[in-house]
Amino acid sequence: MSDVIRRVLGPEGPEIGCDECFEKLDRYVEVELAGDDPDAAVPGMSAHLEGCPACSEEHDSLVALLRSPPTGGL
Amino acid sequence: MSEEAFDWVAALSAGGHEQEDATRRLHELLLRAARFEVRRRRTSLDSAVDVDQLAADAAHDALMAVTAKLDTFRGDSRFTTWAYKFALLEASVKVRRRAWREREVALEPDAWTRIPNMEAGPAASAESGELMAALRDAIRDDLTPHQRLVLVSVTLDGVPIDVLAERLDSTRGAVCKTLHDARRSLRMRLAEKGFDIEPTREEAAA
Repeated sequence: MSDVIRRVLGPEGPEIGCDECFEKLDRYVEVELAGDDPDAAVPGMSAHLEGCPACSEEHDSLVALLRSPPTGGL
Repeated sequence: MSEEAFDWVAALSAGGHEQEDATRRLHELLLRAARFEVRRRRTSLDSAVDVDQLAADAAHDALMAVTAKLDTFRGDSRFTTWAYKFALLEASVKVRRRAWREREVALEPDAWTRIPNMEAGPAASAESGELMAALRDAIRDDLTPHQRLVLVSVTLDGVPIDVLAERLDSTRGAVCKTLHDARRSLRMRLAEKGFDIEPTREEAAA
């Protein structure tokens, strides 16, 4: 399948929407960074990230931020 | 809910000096996250853009959002991870909208007709050409004008979904659903016509 067709048709597999993606992004990223299976924790998230550049950017940013030097809490 | 998360929620709900102090610390974290995001996306912005102000605005809006949604936090992650995503969202949306402020978003009803031309060339196989023609027919026959507009803008023109939502006076969630529904319709039509388009698992189960 060509790149154009792939972009138009989007990812295979069940896919959550942008709103649910944002709602569950924190959990997904923590599971991912812990080395566990994030798509088992949040089914449909990886397919959505594959087909939604904006949500993918925000996912990548949260991963990068959490990998950056830590800050204090309360 | 972890002890860290419980402490944050309790402090942000405590009232008085404890709440003020927690809110100040939260704002510092959100500002750090917003600056982090704006720096990552800086190359997409004109050099005249005040990125510090952009980050400050994003941190402020994120603080408002976190405060308003505090009672929805269920403790599925660390509190700081949950809060960070609001700052990253506000910052990334502001950067994308600023980057696209001067760019035209062609909201043309017939823009989809450009699709076949994008595949033209000697490398395109006959099979690919047939699939492209069927895709073009499905876009024309099975999608609404609004679905066509969203599909082409996001998938071919690269318009960020939140920028498109703003131009359409809609929401990101609504535009996302339109895109999802359009893609599902196209996949189903192509599968009906015998093309080897793997159905999604939810379509296969239906």
